[in-house]
Amino acid sequence: MSDIADKVKKIVVEHLGVEESKVTPEASFIDDLGADSLDTVELVMAFEEAFSVEIPEDAAEKIATVKDAIDYIEKQKAA
Amino acid sequence: MFSLSGKIALVTGASGGIGAAISRQLHALGATVVLSGTREAALKELADSLGERTHIAVANLSDASEADGLVAKAEEVAGAPLDILVNNAGLTRDTLAIRMKDSDWSQVMTVDLESPFRLARAALKGMLRRRAGRIISIASVVGTTGNAGQANYAAAKAGIVGMSKSLAQEAGPRGVTVNVVAPGFIETPMTDVLSEGIREKLVGSIPLGRMGNPDDVAAAVVYLASDEAAWVTGTTLHVNGGMAMV
Repeated sequence: MSDIADKVKKIVVEHLGVEESKVTPEASFIDDLGADSLDTVELVMAFEEAFSVEIPEDAAEKIATVKDAIDYIEKQKAA
Repeated sequence: MFSLSGKIALVTGASGGIGAAISRQLHALGATVVLSGTREAALKELADSLGERTHIAVANLSDASEADGLVAKAEEVAGAPLDILVNNAGLTRDTLAIRMKDSDWSQVMTVDLESPFRLARAALKGMLRRRAGRIISIASVVGTTGNAGQANYAAAKAGIVGMSKSLAQEAGPRGVTVNVVAPGFIETPMTDVLSEGIREKLVGSIPLGRMGNPDDVAAAVVYLASDEAAWVTGTTLHVNGGMAMV
């Protein structure tokens, strides 16, 4: 697993207070990890801070799963 | 009855009549109070009269970056995260609309509406994470009734109410409450200059038969800041002697 994936996972565990084993790439923040809309906004803000990236509103809306977040951040970092 | 022991409160406009009364009452109930304003000497005097558990954070809220940074500054001087934000600072630039300059409008909007939003936004980030917090903004009866000569001020104060209701909906699921206190006519240096005739007429329109005092307003703030007010959010508590029953 990449450093980015590791860090994303850690942030999700910390913010949502879920077990690490539940944070699989396919896990949906809302459906599988019990996040509400405010949690998802807080998560996006935590990603922005941790990775020094800006995630605009329309991109944030499309980040539904752990993998979505990792992919988006990896793409930003590669660019 | 109410205890605010161990809580950290930030009061903007603390050197003014109402701000000082709010600071005093929060402090009397055990809160650590961060006094903010533009006049450092006046803040120091108030801090000295209160004694321990007081800090000062000078800020000019017409400057966006100072408003954005004030919550962090307050938490730094207090050495702990903020539990209670009281948006009290405000200014007036009264004149009839046809004579109102753009700067009269924008100064009032910046200090009375935009800076409370900036402060609330900064405070909410931590409060939502900690699942606790109180945001209380001081509006005015004229935000509801309107007042000739105060189109700017009335618009800003009505804006505070709409903003607070929205924030209350956003923050409610995290146990953070957002409320408004809307004072009527309060005895302050600002109203001391009124002539006896105007004064009598004013008091005549108040069922409780007197002008309010800063402590009347502060008591409402203290209630909304308390743990006991945990199920009250998005509301406006009118403290106006019955002048406008809304």
